[in-house]
Amino acid sequence: MNSLIPLLIAAPLAGAALLLLGGRALDRFGHWIATALAALSCAFGLVLFFDMLGRDTEHRAVTTRLFSWIPVNGFQADVSFQLDQLSIVFVLLITGVGTLIHLYSVGYMAHDERRRRFFAYLNLFLAAMLILVLADNYLLLYVGWEGVGLASYLLIGFWQHKPSAATAAKKAFIVNRVGDLGLSIAIMLMFAEFGSFAFHPVFSAAGDATEGKLTAIGLMLLLAACGKSAQVPLQSWLGDAMEGPTPVSALIHAATMVTAGVYLITRSSAIFDLAPDAQTAVVVVGAVTLLFGAIVGCAKDDIKKALAGSTMSQIGYMIMAAGLGPVGYAFAIMHLVTHGFFKAGLFLGAGSVMHGMNDEVNMRHYGGLRKYMPWTFWTFMAGYAAIIGFPFLSGFFSKDKIIEAALAKGGTEGWILGGCALLGAAVTAFYMTRVVLLTFFGEKRWQPDAEGNEPHPHESPKTMVIPMVVLTFGSLFAGGLFSLGDSFLNFLEPVTGFEEGHSPLNALTVSAIATVCMAAGVGLAWLMYGRSPVPVKPPVGSLLTRAARRDLLQDDFNHAVLVRPGSALAATLVWFDSKGLDGFVNGLAAAIGGLSGRLRRIQTGYVRTYALSMFGGTLVLVASTLLMRSV
Amino acid sequence: MNPVNYLYLAALLFTIGASGVVIRRNAIVLFMCVELMLNASNLALVTFSRLHGNLDGQILAFFTMVVAAAEVVVGLAIIVSIFRTRHSASVDDSNLMKL
Amino acid sequence: MTSTGEAVQFWVLAVIAVGGALGMLLMKKAVHSALCLAATMLSLAICYLAQGAVFLGVVQIVVYTGAIMMLFLFVVMLVGVTSEDSLKEQLKGQRIGAVLCGLGFGVLLIAGLANARLSHFTGLSEANAEGNVQGLARLIFTKYVWAFEVTGALLITAAIGAMVLTHREKIREPLTQRQLADRRVRDNIQLPPLPAPGVYARHNAVDIPALLPDGTVAEDSVMGTLRERGQIRDVSQEMLQRMAELEESTADWLGRPSSARPQVAGPRQALETVPTPTKEEAE
Repeated sequence: MNSLIPLLIAAPLAGAALLLLGGRALDRFGHWIATALAALSCAFGLVLFFDMLGRDTEHRAVTTRLFSWIPVNGFQADVSFQLDQLSIVFVLLITGVGTLIHLYSVGYMAHDERRRRFFAYLNLFLAAMLILVLADNYLLLYVGWEGVGLASYLLIGFWQHKPSAATAAKKAFIVNRVGDLGLSIAIMLMFAEFGSFAFHPVFSAAGDATEGKLTAIGLMLLLAACGKSAQVPLQSWLGDAMEGPTPVSALIHAATMVTAGVYLITRSSAIFDLAPDAQTAVVVVGAVTLLFGAIVGCAKDDIKKALAGSTMSQIGYMIMAAGLGPVGYAFAIMHLVTHGFFKAGLFLGAGSVMHGMNDEVNMRHYGGLRKYMPWTFWTFMAGYAAIIGFPFLSGFFSKDKIIEAALAKGGTEGWILGGCALLGAAVTAFYMTRVVLLTFFGEKRWQPDAEGNEPHPHESPKTMVIPMVVLTFGSLFAGGLFSLGDSFLNFLEPVTGFEEGHSPLNALTVSAIATVCMAAGVGLAWLMYGRSPVPVKPPVGSLLTRAARRDLLQDDFNHAVLVRPGSALAATLVWFDSKGLDGFVNGLAAAIGGLSGRLRRIQTGYVRTYALSMFGGTLVLVASTLLMRSV
Repeated sequence: MNPVNYLYLAALLFTIGASGVVIRRNAIVLFMCVELMLNASNLALVTFSRLHGNLDGQILAFFTMVVAAAEVVVGLAIIVSIFRTRHSASVDDSNLMKL
Repeated sequence: MTSTGEAVQFWVLAVIAVGGALGMLLMKKAVHSALCLAATMLSLAICYLAQGAVFLGVVQIVVYTGAIMMLFLFVVMLVGVTSEDSLKEQLKGQRIGAVLCGLGFGVLLIAGLANARLSHFTGLSEANAEGNVQGLARLIFTKYVWAFEVTGALLITAAIGAMVLTHREKIREPLTQRQLADRRVRDNIQLPPLPAPGVYARHNAVDIPALLPDGTVAEDSVMGTLRERGQIRDVSQEMLQRMAELEESTADWLGRPSSARPQVAGPRQALETVPTPTKEEAE
């Protein structure tokens, strides 16, 4: 059965290779091959999952070693995979949502002439992500990590003819590199400290290491997670990444890739549990990001960017939960899975809306679409209800648990974190209600596009609708299913560990408060956007709104703090190089050249000149010989 | 008279020959100067042979003569072929080595 | 110390040798230089003989003076016996440098020799006891036999080298008489044979051009080599003068007035159309 694990990865990898190398011959049906291989991978995942359920809790984690990658004396890097409860959750999420999005893309990308390439990249992404979650050591994880970064770059920049898309791809790649640096340093530190980077030896040896070293490793891992999961301060790429095709946004920037950071922190729980300072940093990053993303989401008029802000915010929840330690790991993963469902659904819904509206993304140009695309409307509503935490839907269960865990931190910290989480829940409700109201309710505010065509909103083809419907079920029921008898918690507990939090408020009270916050957010949104018609031209807004429209000045900050000094430094170095080093080198060359030009005159080409010089040389030789003898 | 005088003579002749190589331009005369230098060294060798009382110096002079003969044959052949192509026996005219 | 006779002989020979060497260095014409060098070499040969190197002395005369110097003379003739070195030095500083180096070198060598203080010598009477030639032969065929063999190889190599260097590959068939005649007609430059040199049976030397009916020289009657060297002896003026004298005396004798024949201003312009045989044709 273990031999299925490499096949799980091989299927999409083979798809990517086939589609990229196969050439135009595969243009007509290549996308179906890719979708089938993704589905095959998903089927393998399901088989492995049920196989795992059939075993005892102690024997559920299995490791399979494929081959020795870099065998050098003390440095043993293997390509070996570890499938445990945490991995299988990710495998199912990645392959399941991935397959649905493949299916959706068949319809969404139907008219794109580079569709084959798109599916190849999607398959590549799946393969890289699977390597990431199945690796049993950090080096192989790094391979997947970089592979995900590469696939993300290729997919964000898929419409590379648009300068904005090309720039966004570069931005995502570069910002991710900062995080990757963190991961590579963390791996080096591990190797220096433990002599290994495989999970098991590192985690079992973690107890012997000093707290300072563990904190350093933890902070580096956090940096990596910030890069991949778009957490403050490396969050700036996610909004721009919406330049990619919508299925990409759904797959990568909502359901899977951005969760890699949460996976990394959860997987490294053994390190974080022993480094409280690193944990605190994780919690702070998560809390800040959850509010940051939520505020940005409130101000954006671009539907995808509003959802991107929301993604950032929800990942912030997960990171915060993961930072809380064993109290929160399982809930982080649970929220991750439910978020994977409803955020993918929301993005697919947004893509469906754009599909019907001539690729218009400005919500102020939507309005009243519920009549024109009912399937999209209802599936979007399901996702909406789930994300705002409407009672007894997916988001309700997972988010409440996180709020509870945050409060359980105890003392002032607990209240602050809980407060943030609750505030975040309210703001989430606000901006999601805003999105829904602007898009599906109110008067129609459609604008002709650049070529003057009036949009004719219509329902999307079946290949797009079916994935949305399937995801709707996940959005509605996953949370409830997971919470039923704490099944998800018990399933994950052997890997992540669990301890009951002692919240100052009991679960029912927390749920009630969260629901009240949610209702307040919804109500406020309705007051602002539901009651009166929405202006097509956005009002100037308050200082905060304007800042939020500019992503809370993140790019201005990066520009001022990083780009400009960097450019100045580069300019100085260039000056030094061209004037100083090159000047020296060129001067030397010129001096030697000039000297040679003069010395060249000695070479007259006349035999007699040379004879004279030989004669002179002989003279010197004779003179020196005689001198030496006489001395 | 001390036989060392022969050595002084050899030194003088050698110097004249060497100066001639540098001063004269006609390739043939130049060659003659080389021959003069070889002859001067032969004289010195013969004198050394006499000074030391064995014949090895004379043998060496003999070999020098053989080498000189070979050298003259090849050298003159070169001069002839250069003269054929360049119509000049002046060594200053053959300065193609100059950059 | 050597005998007085040898001392006298040495001083005479030394003067001749140095004089010959200086002559070689300073003579303008290569052929004079060669003769001077021959004198030097002969005097050196006698020096060898005087020093007991009988064999070398004879070899010096036979091989050096007899063979090598004659080879030099052959080449000098081949290249041009009259060609002179221009005494104007073209390389800047060459002559001064040569003189300085020469002086320095000579002074150093002589000073070195003087410093060596060679006051006593062995002499060859013992080594030459069984005869100089026998002594040399013993050494050559025993101690130096390997070097001797190698010189044989060297001489063969030199001989082959000289042949290769002076050899010319024929790159096309030589023209036949018939082809040459055809070409002459085709080119239409000089159909009849060239005029022979010499004037009125008075001068038949090859360097004297024939005269044309109007009294000017026919330069194409002289061979191209002489023409190029500028070695044409023009006797036309002299001839014309004699002709005029003859006419004058004839007129006197017949009692006629002297002819008012117009005088030719000077030699006619060189025939530009006469082809100078090119290298290939000449061979």
